[in-house]
Amino acid sequence: MIPAAFDYHRPASLDDALKLLAQHGDEARVVAGGHSLIPMMKLRLAAPSHLVDLQDIAALKGIKDSGGAVEIGAMTSQRDIIQSAALASAIPLLKETAEQIADPQVRYCGTLGGNVANGDPGNDMPAVMMALDAVYLVKGPGGAREIKARGFYHGAYATELKDGEILTAIRIPKPPHSHGSAYVKQKRKIGDYATAAAAVVLTMSGGTCASAAIALTNVGDTALYAEAAGAALAGTSLDAAAVAKAVEAATGIAQPAKDARGPVDFRKSVAGVMVWRAVEIAGRRARAGR
Amino acid sequence: MSPAEGSSPTTAERTAKLEGLGCKRKRVEDARFTQGKGKYVDDMKLPGMVFGDFVRSPYGHARIRKIDKSKALALPGVKAVLTADDLKPLNLHYMPTLAGDVQAVLAVDKVLFQNQEVAFVVATDRYVAADAVELIEVEYEELPVLTDPLKAMDANAPLLREDIKDKKEGAHGARRHHNHIFTWEVGDKAAADKALSSAEVVAKEFISYQRVHPCPLETCGCVASMDKINSHLTVWGTFQAPHAVRTVASLISGIPEHKIRIVSPDIGGGFGNKVGVYPGYICSIVASIVLGVPVKWIEDRIENLTATAFARDYHMTGEIAATKDGRITGLKCHVIADHGAFDACADPTKFPAGFFNICTGSYDIPTAFLSVDGVYTNKAPGGVAYRCSFRVTEASYFIERMMDVLARKLNMDPAEVRRKNFIRQAQFPYKSALGWEYDSGDYDTALDKALAAVNYKGLREEQEQNRADFAAGKTRSLMGIGVAFFTEIVGAGPVKNCDILGLGMFDSCEIRIHPTGSAIARLGTISQGQGHATTFAQILATEIGLPASDITVEEGDTDTAPYGLGTYGSRSTPVAGAATAMAGRKIRAKAQMIAAYLLEVHDSDLEWDVDRFQVKGAPDRFKTMKEIAFAAYNKAIPGIEPGLEAVSYYDPPNMTYPFGAYICVADVDVDTGVTAIRRFYALDDCGTRINPMIIEGQVHGGLTEALAIAMGQEIAYDDLGNVTGSSFLDYFLPTAVETPVWETDYTVTPSPHHPIGAKGVGESPNVGGVSAFSNAVCDAFAHLGLTHTQMPHDHWRVWKTAQKLGLVK
Amino acid sequence: MSKMHVKMTVNGGEVEALAEPRTLLIHFLREQLSLTGPHVGCDTSHCGACTVDLNGKSVKSCTVFVAQANGGAVTTIEGIAHADGTLHVLQEMFREHHGLQCGFCTPGMITRAYRLLQENPNPSETEIRHGIAGNLCRCTGYQNIVKAIRAAADQLSGKKEAAE
Repeated sequence: MIPAAFDYHRPASLDDALKLLAQHGDEARVVAGGHSLIPMMKLRLAAPSHLVDLQDIAALKGIKDSGGAVEIGAMTSQRDIIQSAALASAIPLLKETAEQIADPQVRYCGTLGGNVANGDPGNDMPAVMMALDAVYLVKGPGGAREIKARGFYHGAYATELKDGEILTAIRIPKPPHSHGSAYVKQKRKIGDYATAAAAVVLTMSGGTCASAAIALTNVGDTALYAEAAGAALAGTSLDAAAVAKAVEAATGIAQPAKDARGPVDFRKSVAGVMVWRAVEIAGRRARAGR
Repeated sequence: MSPAEGSSPTTAERTAKLEGLGCKRKRVEDARFTQGKGKYVDDMKLPGMVFGDFVRSPYGHARIRKIDKSKALALPGVKAVLTADDLKPLNLHYMPTLAGDVQAVLAVDKVLFQNQEVAFVVATDRYVAADAVELIEVEYEELPVLTDPLKAMDANAPLLREDIKDKKEGAHGARRHHNHIFTWEVGDKAAADKALSSAEVVAKEFISYQRVHPCPLETCGCVASMDKINSHLTVWGTFQAPHAVRTVASLISGIPEHKIRIVSPDIGGGFGNKVGVYPGYICSIVASIVLGVPVKWIEDRIENLTATAFARDYHMTGEIAATKDGRITGLKCHVIADHGAFDACADPTKFPAGFFNICTGSYDIPTAFLSVDGVYTNKAPGGVAYRCSFRVTEASYFIERMMDVLARKLNMDPAEVRRKNFIRQAQFPYKSALGWEYDSGDYDTALDKALAAVNYKGLREEQEQNRADFAAGKTRSLMGIGVAFFTEIVGAGPVKNCDILGLGMFDSCEIRIHPTGSAIARLGTISQGQGHATTFAQILATEIGLPASDITVEEGDTDTAPYGLGTYGSRSTPVAGAATAMAGRKIRAKAQMIAAYLLEVHDSDLEWDVDRFQVKGAPDRFKTMKEIAFAAYNKAIPGIEPGLEAVSYYDPPNMTYPFGAYICVADVDVDTGVTAIRRFYALDDCGTRINPMIIEGQVHGGLTEALAIAMGQEIAYDDLGNVTGSSFLDYFLPTAVETPVWETDYTVTPSPHHPIGAKGVGESPNVGGVSAFSNAVCDAFAHLGLTHTQMPHDHWRVWKTAQKLGLVK
Repeated sequence: MSKMHVKMTVNGGEVEALAEPRTLLIHFLREQLSLTGPHVGCDTSHCGACTVDLNGKSVKSCTVFVAQANGGAVTTIEGIAHADGTLHVLQEMFREHHGLQCGFCTPGMITRAYRLLQENPNPSETEIRHGIAGNLCRCTGYQNIVKAIRAAADQLSGKKEAAE
């Protein structure tokens, strides 16, 4: 319940934050919303000697629309995402997912950056970013770079992020206006991580699926981009046989852990159901021509 | 009569002004709670106060080889580190439990469950204490772990309790194995066996009630303060039975009882979690004596869930004998009861399995036999908690599941099988085959009302259609209807057979009326949210004719409250409520004499009318209780002492038997295992209803607990002794989103032996609710051959049931 | 690791103190400022009994270091009533509709409900239930809490209409 002691820093600029990380190496952790890190610190599963609080850094805030893409500052809270009319219009998948993360208090604090950078396989946004083919903007001692979400995750808490780097923003290409998307998540209660969840983004051309991207949450030690599953839908009318193929491809890559949510076969099966339902909803939305 | 302006209030107006029995009086407690001014034990700050925290075992079963305190003691701010060796000279390394066993206060030579207390650190504040806990080094040697109660009495089961290994006699009789605690048998075995062997139909089932935890939102804790100058110990704490704690503390510490004061301040929920004495209390007291300053100990949530009184863990095999048209002729039940590492069950002394022998339920069962075997395992101690009324939740779940199992076997409707076997109204008071005398009941009326309210016939027709649709592939959702008709037993209890460690389970009320006509009443019970300060004033208001708002009700301070056995097992209304009414009647009896003197008539010339004594036949000659109160302090009345006070210690002649009819409609999503509760209707009969608003609140809360238990709660242990469900990450507490809307209803069948006919209601919704939910889930699959599936009915288990039935694609 | 100087507004008043950076805001409020309204109910940031209003947001104060709240503005249950001491309508409606029993979740619940009604002055029952999903209660089963919040919303909009 009580964390170990640490020195606290609240840098005013991104450069100052990077300097602190360089100075203290692996003794330092950044804190964004704090609702992943602080619970771990309270259980003494994490005990950084230096905490670098990002809350004052203007460069990490804000939602920018550059026409073809939106760029969301890493420190944007889940609630900010839910409240953004611009995002609700351009990429409704974000609001739909954010509303299923944790509870109202956590959503006030939890940030998009924290949710995607941590490498926690239970977090919801990584799969969504994969489905949207988002790009993470990162700054470090070596300068700035961009990393595709689909290539960012290597294992539980193991990501592309190098020591001393900070994720500064997430850039998401805007799907066509007529796209359909859905995030379907099964959980035991509000606040729980997913038993399994599926993010689907697809476009229809007439009665045919022109493109589809499917990604899964919490059924592996990272979020999983189910490339073959999406490919199985493209060119089809989203008929039952096509969806069944997509489900098979998706569950084929799922490797959920057995935990209190249930055994492996159950969680795999639920992953399939989540994909099925998400495809159904996304297809309906695309056809309805938002 | 006087004209309209300034006319005297009517009887109805005077009654309403009292806010007495039966009215939806708003709570007096709310003023402080809604403004954040409650006083819970962790709110206390005393000068010089220090803080205690535990080092706990990571292992389920291990020998302690070495404890190194040196690094912790070297940390600035650390005042002391206690281990069992420090408690041995005081003979406090073990403490007696409420069940006639002993429990290690700090682990003696070995640890017996994960998170068992090993050392107690005392420091200047809780942050230093937490740092110090990390610095204590303990060397363990792991031992084989036993967590399956069904294997506890195997020939090769590991020895757990080395401290009592040579004891062939336990507190409740012979022990036949080193992990055996007791065997409790009730009923007629030969007759029950005969009924089964000669029955036309026998239904048999193995029913487990999983280990859960009552999990009140406030964890357990205390502040212990030894005043060395006056040799006086005060302990503020989360105590549901403060007087019993005082007596026990005196017996084990040697401090005389008049030099101990126990205070229960505001308590943030109890639900049976706060009845027993925990190592944290003992260690805080010892530390305070040693250090001479107040010591505060507040456990955190993981500690609460893994080391304090759990609930249930009963594994029950049932056999029902019946005729082929559904009339029960006999019942047999065998239970393996998992008590964890120490038998710390908070049961009345003579009842090692509580009142489980209520397991004949609402049914007229001519012969029955029950045997319960208690066993030790490498799990936390406890067992009796969580609105269980002393194992009544287990017993009721058992019989309500067995009734559905029987219904399946006979292909009869579950409501009809119940009705067919009901104890009829004319049979009350009813002596059950397992020894209880039920006070009153009208089951047919209640069942009729419930079935009509939900249109039961319509629901079964809808279910028929749903089953056809499912078979035809039109839906993947299966509808289940769960019926539960429970009779439970509360109000412990008659001193002749109910005692806690020898303290008879009476309760008490002491009232003092002030000269200006207001009053203070003190009780031997202690509210943890039940609203006693509001409701007991209502009982008194009706008895003595003073407005409830003029009556302060106090509980919880052993220096001022009359002796009582506390609040749990829904006993406050049946026992202390009775004492309150009786004390009120003593007040009224004296008031009658005072009024007679004032009105210059004979006592028997007066009659009581709401708030006054009036002369029979001349009602304009009266004295109000308020006037009488002043007179008690003002007049010299021959033969009558001044003042106006009374005390009643009430020994109830019997328990009380609330009952109810609950119906749950659920829709199971076969592909995900998710069960949606569509509707829940709860009819409760708790006899006389003191405050309908509070009763409704109790039912809402208890049903929410029942939902949690039936649909997801579990404190589970793996083969290595690791406990899961140990924090809110996994332990299922429903939020407002998972909780359905509750429909409540009632009938009123007063208890004939209770002064105001009230039975108590707090635990009924947990008793009946779990059965209704579980029956609904099982009912959803019943037509496909399912007779029973074990709780909790969480998503994966329901899905597994569907998978086993071949329903999953 | 030494103490830091913190300065913040709490229930409308300026507060200055020394505290270790790791001090959880809930402990700072309860122990250094003696504001014992918000409570600790769990270790894993689920129960919401510690909920306060920090810089206009409902926040679980057990999951915030006092260092992070430095410079901010906090409102606890003790600051929910009006400046003249009259109760906030939420406090009145919780009593009116029996939205509490043991009282332990109540400070966090009311503080959250306060912000919920700022976010959404006219919430449906479903919106209320989702709106308080970060606050656990063991006693009431939530039904009367939802009633109380809805009644407070009605009262507040009624008052607003009366004022207009």
